Amino acid sequence: MRSATQIAADVKSGATTAEAELDKSLAAVAARNEELNVFLYVDEAGARAQARAVDDQVRAGDELGRLAGVPIALKDNLCQRGVPTTCSSRILEGWRPPYDATVVERVLAAGAVAIGKTNLDEFAMGSSTETSAFGPTRNPLDPTRVPGGSSGGSAAAVASEMTTIALGSDTGGSIRQPAALCGLVGMKPTYGLVSRYGLIAFASSLDQIGPFANTVEDAALLLEVIAGHDPMDSTSLPESSPSLVAHVHDGVGAKRVGLVRELIEGADDEVVAAVTRAAEVFRAAGAEIVELSIPEIKLGLSAYYLLAPAEASSNLARFDGVRYGLRVDADNVTAMNEATRTLGFGAEVKRRIMLGTYALSAGYYDAYYGQALKVRTQMIGAFRAAYQQVDLLLGATTPSVAFKFGEKTENPMAMYLSDVFTIPTNLAGEAAVSVPFGVGASGLPIGVQLLGPGRSEAALFAAARVLEIAEGR
Amino acid sequence: MALPEGWEMVVGLEVHTELKTATKLFCGCANMFGDEPNTNICPVCLGLPGALPVLNERAVELAMALGFALHCTVAPSTFHRKNYFYPDMPKDFQISQYDLPINSNGFLDLPDGSRVGIERAHLEEDTGKSTHIGASGRLQGADRSLIDYNRSGVPLVEIVSAPDIRSAAQARAYASELRGILIATGASDGRMEEGSMRMDANVSVRKSGEPYGTRCEIKNLNSLRSLVRAIEYEALRQVVLLDDGGTVRQETRHWDEQHGETSTLRVKEEAEDYRYFREPDLVDLAPSDEWQQRVRATLTRMPAERRVALAALFTELSDAQVEAVTVAVDLDLDEFVVHAHEAGVDAVLALNRATNELAASESGVAKLTYEAFNETLLLEQRGQLSATQAKAVLAALLEHGGETNAVITELGIEQVSEDALATSVEALIRAHPDEWARYVEGDDKLEQFFVGFVMKSTKGQANGKAVIALLAGKRSNTH
Repeated sequence: MRSATQIAADVKSGATTAEAELDKSLAAVAARNEELNVFLYVDEAGARAQARAVDDQVRAGDELGRLAGVPIALKDNLCQRGVPTTCSSRILEGWRPPYDATVVERVLAAGAVAIGKTNLDEFAMGSSTETSAFGPTRNPLDPTRVPGGSSGGSAAAVASEMTTIALGSDTGGSIRQPAALCGLVGMKPTYGLVSRYGLIAFASSLDQIGPFANTVEDAALLLEVIAGHDPMDSTSLPESSPSLVAHVHDGVGAKRVGLVRELIEGADDEVVAAVTRAAEVFRAAGAEIVELSIPEIKLGLSAYYLLAPAEASSNLARFDGVRYGLRVDADNVTAMNEATRTLGFGAEVKRRIMLGTYALSAGYYDAYYGQALKVRTQMIGAFRAAYQQVDLLLGATTPSVAFKFGEKTENPMAMYLSDVFTIPTNLAGEAAVSVPFGVGASGLPIGVQLLGPGRSEAALFAAARVLEIAEGR
Repeated sequence: MALPEGWEMVVGLEVHTELKTATKLFCGCANMFGDEPNTNICPVCLGLPGALPVLNERAVELAMALGFALHCTVAPSTFHRKNYFYPDMPKDFQISQYDLPINSNGFLDLPDGSRVGIERAHLEEDTGKSTHIGASGRLQGADRSLIDYNRSGVPLVEIVSAPDIRSAAQARAYASELRGILIATGASDGRMEEGSMRMDANVSVRKSGEPYGTRCEIKNLNSLRSLVRAIEYEALRQVVLLDDGGTVRQETRHWDEQHGETSTLRVKEEAEDYRYFREPDLVDLAPSDEWQQRVRATLTRMPAERRVALAALFTELSDAQVEAVTVAVDLDLDEFVVHAHEAGVDAVLALNRATNELAASESGVAKLTYEAFNETLLLEQRGQLSATQAKAVLAALLEHGGETNAVITELGIEQVSEDALATSVEALIRAHPDEWARYVEGDDKLEQFFVGFVMKSTKGQANGKAVIALLAGKRSNTH
């Protein structure tokens, strides 16, 4: 499997063409998409046009974008002009956005070839892609198991070599957890580093778009392309895109890395062993390992399951049958709203809308939403204090390797617990990366998570690269 | 109309005004009234999935200007979401301000000297506009509804008064004074008929000296006339209800303009829980001191100040003139009076012409220069134009613009020069020595005899008052 960096270089040199790379992608899609249910929509015509445009640029000797000819998969909660965008929900079936998300605009401008839209948990609410209205995605490494979620389709696209890179969104771990379960590098950038314009919101204060890739360098490249200020997103950071690729090989130097007790507690032994081994690798590379405890992390899950549903209950109100997507006719507008939402939303989405509506209701706001906001403030303070002591934090991405279908669908709490290590970063608005490190007894990959303060992406990639090298990649 | 003896009404007004920005509150679409439906729309104001709001700086400036004009505290503020389902509200929530509004704790002084507190004046977005096709014309019972989203996302300021208003007339004065301030700050064009200013009234009644009674909110009063009628009706309804031993139920009421009555829209128990929470897609709004100062510096004088300046030109004001001063400021004509006064025109004459002739031609005033107004009134004052002629000249100036002398020539008016008038009067005295002698002796009835002759000899072009002044001058010289 060649990297995006290599494909872009080969397209530029003429060693390959964008169309040839597209054909390889489409062949992989043809071979396994039916089995794995990765893509909800393959935009063959659009991708062909993009690839030809890149090849025309090569022939004309024009300057090429940094992702020239690189096949990319887009999570189906990112708007792409004219391409069906569903959020894996019946309520949006058939809707084609009249505009491009900022990240879509940026990857296309960089010459990437968008193959299609990938499956996700409905409205990104889930950790296994099982809540998709269009059926679950299977893990390419073991089709009896989930790829993780909610960006399961994007992770599976890269893991099955249908594309080289992919974009996902991470509200509570939705990039890092599937990256871990599919053996990929996945990053949740600092809140505001990547524009959310055109990302269909789940929980606006937590959502962040980020990259999936086989290698740290590719992930850094993709993030560099999509990051940087966007005037269309008020929460976008004012700075331009950071320099990341140039620092991938910086190593960990004499950095202080905090091994966090709460980020391995409750994980399977093989996962804990991988994290411990990662700490050894860092120590050997010259870093100082500091064992520490951040008790606030344990409060993260309950705070998250109040804040995220609260925002979602408001964000998803607009799916009312009036302007786009599904409409179930009824006698009056209120009945139409109800019938449309009853049929259009799946059980998990309804559960979270109800949770969130309740958490914001008069008389309950202070006890639930208000309290969760306080926990969030505490979490931010706790991480800030930790980063006074150390440069980066180390822990597991998920408690276990990829689990079997149906294993956690009966018990929402068990499913929610798969995000226990990833949620705190979203609450704090900071950055974290999951990098594959070792395999479990089942032969499935284990993900190790590195966490850093806001805007620490370059340091996180450099540290992740140290683990990648130790794995012989 | 007054309430029965011993009763007092307590009224607070909520005024929604559309801000006169070029673009909408959170996107770049034109803020334009009257365009083809659904032409000024984009993913943001249509609330399409994935679209995000970006705050319009100009709207913030206008809101701040209004805050300063209303003597409010302008403070760092936040935006909240007000969640409820309504088909003309595309996101099914409204972005508004909740516990931290941009403007709070101000006041508005009315022409009668009373002061009404301003609790807050906050920014929020407007909704789209529904047209219900069906017998009732309202959502309930409509066959179908059409929605125009051109208005969706238009910036609004909601100005909430304290419950300081005690009569329908005072409510009217408040609304009209507020309208003047909206126009003076440039925040709004104040066009009520286009919905630029929409009012809700909170009305309760109490026996004088007792605590506040239960209030009812009357929604969507879109003219001063409706405001006055609705408040009067509602206050009387409550008094009659209480006098009969009933109780007022806290509720929202609808004003029926045609039948002149209010009716229940929804009772408090049915009130929605809006589940307000901080809008996560926007950052806090904290205008810098420098920005605030810049906005403050652009403020022109407010109506109250202008009324004081105008009134200062008069030694004593009759009730009618107090009213005329208010009208002149409301119609933005006070500067004509001030300029004319500076040029030597009598303030009473200038105010009269401004509030009558100029006020009658709203569109023409833009064509009239201060110089032309001053010149015309000076000629009238000196007797070179009669009142009728001066009015004709002003009418022509208001219609076509131009310069006074040119208009006089065009109209074929023969100006009576001061010399000609004096010569004519002297000739008259010589021709009627007996009458003149009697007049000099004090027989004032003969004044009209002489004026009549002068008017006749000048074919009515002389100014009667100027003739009288001449006669009186000569009489006193003769003594």
